[in-house]
Amino acid sequence: MIAELVIFIILGIVAVSSAFAVILSKNPVYAVLFLVINFFALAMLYLVLSAQFVAFIQILVYAGAIMVLFLFVVMLLNLTGAIESLQDKLPAQRWLAPALGMVLLVEIAVVFLSGFFAQVPEASELPEGFGTSAPVGMLLFSRYVLPFEVTSAVLLIAMVGSIVLAKRRP
Amino acid sequence: MTIPVSAADWIVINTELILVGTAMIVLLLDAFNRRISDRISPWITLVGVVGGLVSLGFLWGQEYTGFAGMLVIDSFSVLVKMAILFGTGLAVLLSVDYLRREELAQGEYYGLLLLSTVGMLLLTSSANLIMIFLSLEMLSIALYVLTGYARMRPRSQEAGMKYFLLGSFSAAILVYGVALIYGALGTVDLAGVAEALTAPGILSNPVLLAGAGLVLVGLGFKVAAVPFQMWTPDVYEGAPSPVTAFMSVSTKAAAFAALTRVLVFAFSDLSGVWMAVIWAIAALTMIFGNLVAIAQNNIKRMLAYSSIAHAGYILVAVASANQLGIQSIPFYLIAYTFMNIGAWAVVTVITRKGEEGVGLSDYTGLFWRNPLLAVSMGLFMFSLAGIPPTAGFTAKIYLFMAAVNANLIGLLIVAVVTTIISAYFYLRVTVIMFMHRPSEVSAVHVPIAAYVAIIIAVVATLWLFLFPNSTQAFTEAVWRMGL
Amino acid sequence: MPPLSWYLYVSAALFALGLFGMMTRRNSIAMLMSIELMLNAANINLVAFSAYLRGHTMVGQMFALFVIALAAAEAAIGLAIVINIYRTVKHIDADEINLMKW
Repeated sequence: MIAELVIFIILGIVAVSSAFAVILSKNPVYAVLFLVINFFALAMLYLVLSAQFVAFIQILVYAGAIMVLFLFVVMLLNLTGAIESLQDKLPAQRWLAPALGMVLLVEIAVVFLSGFFAQVPEASELPEGFGTSAPVGMLLFSRYVLPFEVTSAVLLIAMVGSIVLAKRRP
Repeated sequence: MTIPVSAADWIVINTELILVGTAMIVLLLDAFNRRISDRISPWITLVGVVGGLVSLGFLWGQEYTGFAGMLVIDSFSVLVKMAILFGTGLAVLLSVDYLRREELAQGEYYGLLLLSTVGMLLLTSSANLIMIFLSLEMLSIALYVLTGYARMRPRSQEAGMKYFLLGSFSAAILVYGVALIYGALGTVDLAGVAEALTAPGILSNPVLLAGAGLVLVGLGFKVAAVPFQMWTPDVYEGAPSPVTAFMSVSTKAAAFAALTRVLVFAFSDLSGVWMAVIWAIAALTMIFGNLVAIAQNNIKRMLAYSSIAHAGYILVAVASANQLGIQSIPFYLIAYTFMNIGAWAVVTVITRKGEEGVGLSDYTGLFWRNPLLAVSMGLFMFSLAGIPPTAGFTAKIYLFMAAVNANLIGLLIVAVVTTIISAYFYLRVTVIMFMHRPSEVSAVHVPIAAYVAIIIAVVATLWLFLFPNSTQAFTEAVWRMGL
Repeated sequence: MPPLSWYLYVSAALFALGLFGMMTRRNSIAMLMSIELMLNAANINLVAFSAYLRGHTMVGQMFALFVIALAAAEAAIGLAIVINIYRTVKHIDADEINLMKW
């Protein structure tokens, strides 16, 4: 399956390079747009992993709702001009952070290279309908009914909370 | 299609349901009639909290597993839930007059407080990494808002921002850790994790170790253990005082319940690895918290460092991971709830509008301004320092005995030495209150609700010292269900 | 299908980048975006494990869904906090909000 490998490589490169761009771009509007690209690439990866429902939620909720919210706030506050970049006031942190990040990356790479996942069987035969909305829905309303309800409570908190914090001042 | 929720499931979440219902009533009432809501929502909230405590009384001594093993009710969780609800109830009593003084809206505040409490209760019962993540987020997101609730006051805003950024950061780390654990073991169920860890050769799996480490970091942020404590002083100082009182005890209780459940019950086979880590974190936390607290002249910051230090003491119990250690965790959490909320209650009363008057100098000669307040504060300081006749003393004795039983002599020495150091800054407050008679004496106005909270805290602090046996039956039951 | 470890590399890279961004950027919206990157890194892992692990349970996918929902709630709260602060001080650099020592 050369085609799948090629698709994966392209998506992986897009995802990682857009993440780089998010971190490095000085203009927050660009950063938000790169993040949208990143989320789209991840959604495609989820499709390759036969997680259709998650992929569409990723596009609808993440790329759609959350990033529009980000963009809206960035534009509303008119942050485009006045924002700093990588310069900051703590020189030690400036050198420490990349070092720490690299250490972590190397560590994770070592972990993954250690061969543990070589033993894990590759996805050969996924069950019929794996990751489509029907089984996801069945699980959400049976085994995962409690997390589902808790999530609804969290969304209520978010709604009440953001109104409390951001409503017009007296 | 019917949703399969069994009778046991309803029993397991009945406390949470009572509080969610109360939160809905409070929020809806606020939406329909703000004037009535401003007047009665704290009392509705209190009724809900008391109802929750009653329902916990019915659950006492029973064991239930609900929602396919996602939630468990056992003596450990019931006791910790009691600590959380005591904390919520006392925080409500403090909030009534505070919100009026600071001219903050009442309705949403209690709604968020209750929903945050529900998150804590769920976290205490969670036996599944998905539920641990969700309930941790539930309690945190509500607390981010409550921290920044005084939205016109820059310090509160800043505290909300810092708490939010570091809290979400720690949550992201936690999720990544959970993902790695899922990859290594193929399960996110704590019982499943414990079972999977018995497989040969799994314990040296680097993916598992990395995942467990990241989960530990994520929970470490929530309990404010060194080196993940940097947000604590700023957030505790900037947040509205009753919110700080609430989160310093209830969040800590819930997070420690989760930490204990994850480490001692699920990852017990990995204890060879995490024991050393917890040992070091506990020692660092006790040393750092107590030493930095000495240098504080702001009472809120001093109590924040004190709260870091107490997290270190509880970690000693986690590290000992034996019968006495596990028993002493709920006892310590309950004792800490009363003494710490008591101290924060006095702070709330002393501070003036806009959170002014938080310097130690504002406590000079408090005894002559309001003797009852000064004596209570002195008692809470004694208790926090672990001096008899207080609950703090009994709790520390349990802890030290647990450390002795587990043969953690090095850690015990650190704990004892830092306790002695801590006496310095706790007693300094007492000395300031009693020794320096102010030139002009102005009375302190104490609202009735706050008085009630302080008196409850005083009585409980003394009672837990005089009759520790009354909770012994409880804590022993904790062990029976334990391992 | 590509080997599982490839997905894990992508995820580890995103996580490390998010961590890096969290530590270097001082702008709170940029920090929030770094957190989103880290959450997404975790999601890649969860979905990949879900497809590759023996038994093919959908646990990982379900978890990923909950993570997405909570990320939405978090973002809403975070942006509300940012708007509120912006109204007071007209800038949102985390370092410059420094009434209290960091």
